Amino acid sequence: MALPSGTFNQSYAQDMAIFRTKTQWAMLLAFLAFLFTFPLYSSDRILTIITIMGIAIISVHGLSILTGYCNQVSLGHVGFMAVGGYTSAILTANLGWPFWAALPCAALMAGVVGIIFGLPSLKVKGFYLIVSTVAAYFIIIWLVLQLVDLTGGADGMAVPRPAIGSFVIKSKASYFYLVMILACLATFVAKNIVRTRVGRAFIAIRDNEKAAEVMGINLWTYKLLAFFIGCVFAGVAGALTVHYVAFACVDQFPFMNSVWYLGMLIVGGMGSTTGVLFGVVSLKLLDELVTIVGPMLAVAVSPQAASSLGLILRGLVIVVFLIFEPRGLAHRWEMVKAYYRLWPYSH
Amino acid sequence: MNFFLQLVISGFALGMVYALVTMGFVLIFKCSKAFNIAQGHFVMIGGYLGFTFLVTFHLPIWAALLAAIAVAIVMGMTIERLALRPLVGQPILAVIMMTIALATILEGLATLIWGGEYKAYHGVLPTITIQFGELSVPPEMTIGLLVSIATVIILVLLFRYTKSGLAMRATAEDEQVVQSAGIKVTTVYALSWVIAAVVGVIAGILLGGISGVMIPMSEVGLKALAVALFGGMDSIGGAILAGIILGVAENVAAGYLDPLLPAGGGLANVLPFIVIIIVLVFRPHGLFGLADIERI
Repeated sequence: MALPSGTFNQSYAQDMAIFRTKTQWAMLLAFLAFLFTFPLYSSDRILTIITIMGIAIISVHGLSILTGYCNQVSLGHVGFMAVGGYTSAILTANLGWPFWAALPCAALMAGVVGIIFGLPSLKVKGFYLIVSTVAAYFIIIWLVLQLVDLTGGADGMAVPRPAIGSFVIKSKASYFYLVMILACLATFVAKNIVRTRVGRAFIAIRDNEKAAEVMGINLWTYKLLAFFIGCVFAGVAGALTVHYVAFACVDQFPFMNSVWYLGMLIVGGMGSTTGVLFGVVSLKLLDELVTIVGPMLAVAVSPQAASSLGLILRGLVIVVFLIFEPRGLAHRWEMVKAYYRLWPYSH
Repeated sequence: MNFFLQLVISGFALGMVYALVTMGFVLIFKCSKAFNIAQGHFVMIGGYLGFTFLVTFHLPIWAALLAAIAVAIVMGMTIERLALRPLVGQPILAVIMMTIALATILEGLATLIWGGEYKAYHGVLPTITIQFGELSVPPEMTIGLLVSIATVIILVLLFRYTKSGLAMRATAEDEQVVQSAGIKVTTVYALSWVIAAVVGVIAGILLGGISGVMIPMSEVGLKALAVALFGGMDSIGGAILAGIILGVAENVAAGYLDPLLPAGGGLANVLPFIVIIIVLVFRPHGLFGLADIERI
């Protein structure tokens, strides 16, 4: 990491620090303070948008570790979210477990299912792996629909509001706090996983699988571990999705969402924790733009134009990023930071 | 027994259409090692084009097919030139995301132009009844069966006996050698996209004539994926055989097992994916594909 002029690392602790300077700490605290006082001065609608962004951030962090760092592309991420969501729903609604106990079980369950569907990754890669994850999604959703007694099938099932002790998380603001705490935690964990021995092994596998194997990285262990970690994040996000609306049904987990999660990674930048935040926020903001502009377009031009606007815009954004900035917004952000650090002597 | 044979026959007719869709997919993969997720969307666009030409413009079937093919040629060339060519040499994920983004844009365009509604044109396609004793090919499927067989034969002849077919086969073998022999690889890429779009659109008109057309019709592209993997990604013969096997298996499984399952089954939709997982674990190169031998 490039440091501001005049700052030098003098110990390993300083070298490893994510937040190195006082300015960075001040900015972090200011941001957290802003985030956690946010419900005090914003409308319900904006809270909803940010809560959904938070859930997506948790999920995309998992995908980022799996795809961005370990290069195991998954188009079935939403399927693993569904596993987490339904596990939590069944545990809380049918068995009466408390939310705080069901959430880790949902995460574990999603992770285990992820390992099962990650097994082909040992034999196949690239496109073949992508297809096997697509297959994973459709098989999971089909199973959910078939297990009518457990999941309510296509009708869905009601899920109790999460409660911690006697405090029921019911209002938008309290759910916002729950999601934000978990999203900050997920960002922190994701950032640190990729800095550990495990994360470096993932990066080695991404850059050159054979070389990694020769270096002594056990592909079997680490690829499955990548699937496990990625799907644990997905499981948490799935559980949060289900409890947010107090209802679980397969329509909450559409296939195209996995595609948009990959799109968020591409827009944000592969292999970067900040990129996840950029990608999720920018694509979700694009969605909001569409919901605002759409009705105007329906009046001004035609209702068809309005309903096609979202699809065409999102497709175009991904096309533009793939052609003109494959390294994503995170790379642009680094360039901006470098510019300000070096200004006015840019060389 | 009759029930079984009837299922096999209609499965065969369906399988030929799958084979047609898959051929476009396999062709692009053979030539440019790109995976076209949007293949199913070509089919959907084809279905809507069929509606426009057959119902709105009242064209006869042959004119409608020709008009749709003309549109498909323009579509294939535009897509290759604007979207895929800048990505030559990029990682595989970039190409796949590009075709997914294209798929979304095509879906958006279909919504924009045709409103994304269900359009049916039953009975517009000519019906021919073929009878084997007590068994019969469903009349609305016969034309699909005939046109798919004809298209497949034309494509095979094209590969075998024409110069551009030779260029495509050579490109599949080794790009660098082809370039040094003076063949423009970009033209071959463009041609493969054009053919893929054309066969997709033809399949779309045929499927549209059987069950009508709507946006979710593009899911047939996912089945084409299964067929391609099963037959071997780079084998055209494999695509045809696997298409027929999967079409028959899907029909038979749906006919016998669906009544046994809770929630009405829906096995036909998930069977391709179960096949994919099994094939990937036990025989990743499919029935006739080239086994990938990795050396360090």
